[in-house]
Amino acid sequence: MEVKTAGFKEVSVEETLKVSGAEAVIKCLLAEGVEVMYGYPGGAIMPVYDEIYKYKDQIEHVLTRHEQGAAHAAQGYARVTGKVGVAIATSGPGATNLITGIADAHIDSTPMVCITGQVGSHLLGSDAFQEIDMVGLSTPITKWNYQVTKASEIPQVLAKAFYIARSGRPGPVLIDITKDAQFDSLDFSYKKCTGIRSYKPLPEVNLLQVERAAQAINNAKKPMIVFGQGVILGGAEQLLKEVIEKSGVPAAWTILGLSALETDHPLNVGMVGMHGNYAPNLLTNECDVLIAIGMRFDDRVTGDLNTYAKQATVIHFEIDPAEVNKNVQAQIPVLGDVKQTLKLLLEFLQPNSHEQWHNRFKELYSIEYEKIIKNDLSAKHGKIKMAEVLDEINTVSGGNAIIVSDVGQHQMVACRYAKFNATRSNVTSGGLGTMGFALPAAIGAKMGSTAREVVAIIGDGGFQMTLQELATIYQMNVPVKIVVLNNNFLGMVRQWQQMFFEKRYASTEMVNPDFTGIAKAYHLQTNKISERSQLKGAVEEMLASKEAYFLEVSVEKEECVFPMITTGASVSDIRLE
Amino acid sequence: MEKQNYTVSVYTENNLGLLSRIAAIFLKRHINIESITASQSEVHEVMRFIIIVEVTEEQVKKIVGQIEKQIEVIKAFYHKDEELIFQETALYKVRSSGFVEDFDIQSFIKKTNARIVTASPQFFVIEKTGERHETEDLYEKLKPYGLMQFVRSGTIAVSKNEMPISELLEKFNTSNTIQ
Ligand SMILES: Cc1ncc(C[n+]2csc(CCOP(=O)(O)OP(=O)(O)O)c2C)c(N)n1
Repeated sequence: MEVKTAGFKEVSVEETLKVSGAEAVIKCLLAEGVEVMYGYPGGAIMPVYDEIYKYKDQIEHVLTRHEQGAAHAAQGYARVTGKVGVAIATSGPGATNLITGIADAHIDSTPMVCITGQVGSHLLGSDAFQEIDMVGLSTPITKWNYQVTKASEIPQVLAKAFYIARSGRPGPVLIDITKDAQFDSLDFSYKKCTGIRSYKPLPEVNLLQVERAAQAINNAKKPMIVFGQGVILGGAEQLLKEVIEKSGVPAAWTILGLSALETDHPLNVGMVGMHGNYAPNLLTNECDVLIAIGMRFDDRVTGDLNTYAKQATVIHFEIDPAEVNKNVQAQIPVLGDVKQTLKLLLEFLQPNSHEQWHNRFKELYSIEYEKIIKNDLSAKHGKIKMAEVLDEINTVSGGNAIIVSDVGQHQMVACRYAKFNATRSNVTSGGLGTMGFALPAAIGAKMGSTAREVVAIIGDGGFQMTLQELATIYQMNVPVKIVVLNNNFLGMVRQWQQMFFEKRYASTEMVNPDFTGIAKAYHLQTNKISERSQLKGAVEEMLASKEAYFLEVSVEKEECVFPMITTGASVSDIRLE
Repeated sequence: MEKQNYTVSVYTENNLGLLSRIAAIFLKRHINIESITASQSEVHEVMRFIIIVEVTEEQVKKIVGQIEKQIEVIKAFYHKDEELIFQETALYKVRSSGFVEDFDIQSFIKKTNARIVTASPQFFVIEKTGERHETEDLYEKLKPYGLMQFVRSGTIAVSKNEMPISELLEKFNTSNTIQ
């Protein structure tokens, strides 16, 4: 029996049907509950596009204006929904244009299935027109990849692709399908993949280690939690909160952990890392027990490893065994899905409040507040500061918006100042730091979460990397809100030039076009402001709009983001100016 | 930590593309592979890669972790030299003239435990299997007689300890197995 509705959970097609490979691809996507895919057609994938046309009532295809946009849109969709994002492209240049998004998804553990067309199998290896070794190219940046050369392989391979993409530590999978495999016919039947003998998505939980962890936390005087995206991927936000509240342990987050715990939670002590908050960075080198939950000690978080949390007993809750002891030695590694391990931990934890210790965070926060936050948020003179824009968005949206940020100073400001009430609300390119990510990712985020407001925060540099997706927004009528913070600079690079290259602003100053004019040409509602007095009204108007809206804010040209831990420095050397 | 020879043993599914996936893990870390061989293992349809690298123990641990993460890798191990029994095979092509004149071939071959693969009026091809120092010793011995060609295989090794791959595979097997 075949159930054809998209979005259906458990579909399996057991009866066999004679179909083409191309049609089988669509049937597999439907069986996996795929509702939308992002892509761009071309010769080697045309048979599949022909089926997309036939099945357009059941599955939506979004024509982005560049394959990079398709990959990022699929990522945005996956990040807010937790489902697998799907991107599709033709062979050769279409496929290579996906690469940046695949790499980005790989390092940020985003579940994604990419499908690329390939030249006919008899042409493989002959440097045929638009032939590219996509399996070779994508090997280091995929969780798994495979080249299909026979139509009969399609159901099994796609079932495996979806299973791998979403299970364990999620990641992108690429399936390259030769044109003849799309044309040939097969006896189609579909069974979801539930296991692969050489792949163990979840490590076994060792209860003893959980008990040891609990004991260390119970005995700690100055414990501190740093949580990452693993909490969100494992759906363990509620458990995290219970752990924090029961143990009274202050909790800080990595950039991808942001929004797993609401910003205003009294035990939320801010962001760690290069531009993170003063208290959690500094106190990393003072705590006696460091509890890392679903995070991987990225070098942007740790700074110099030789001086990172050396005094602390490190407990590492982690799903991926290869991450344990990779960067930081953990005295108590707790392998497993955090949803499982935190639940067990909770039972062994003793209630505590750690008031004195928490006051240390508050003291340091007031220093950061006086030196940085106050000036960022309530400058009276000069041009608008990036943080003020975020603050206004918080106020108007009530902390309920999904914020998609691009890469640069505005990203750090967005992560530092955006307020979140709900999980899966912060979408940003963490590990790869991909400029051009936000605009297409916002499309996917909005399509994945139509009921919520999606605001993209983008720099004038990054906006110009994928701005052609304004056409996608218009054609598909995706009501995203786009805020370009224009400082006429590649701001983050300029900041480094100011601090470490004696203000030699090599190729970072930008003479920009009329951004609102461009957005207008793409038929969007627009506004442009440069005065502080216009900010509130502009944000209100933008968020009140039911349509896509483009707002350009001229911000201070040479602002610097602080605090900052310079590369290679210790977290203790965090600079406030 | 000091660098030394480690032998990484990788049991995998027999699938296309895995070699480049594994090689990429070394490449990414700028680690040169000293020797690599791949063959059928003791388990039906399971391949075994044997890779020799000179690294620190910390490095080899991380590499093994990354290799094991690959979907089609069943299990990876690393061993120090003393935990293994190694063999390599070398072929030596020697000019017949000088060699025949000088030597009592029979006893030479006996003493070195080598084997004549082919003999012709122009050249001999001699094969020697053993540990690295043994194939190197023979190399030194034959060099003066005009070595026309020399080639050595990658190292193959078995561990002195048991490697319970069949049992592991049994445990991994799930009802709906797709390879
Ligand atoms: C694709 C890509 N190219 C280059 C960089 C390096 N880079 C990081 S931040 C940055 C500047 C970003 O400028 P802008 O988008 O204007 O944002 P701002 O920092 O001014 O907020 C650059 C060039 C990058 N991260 N990604």
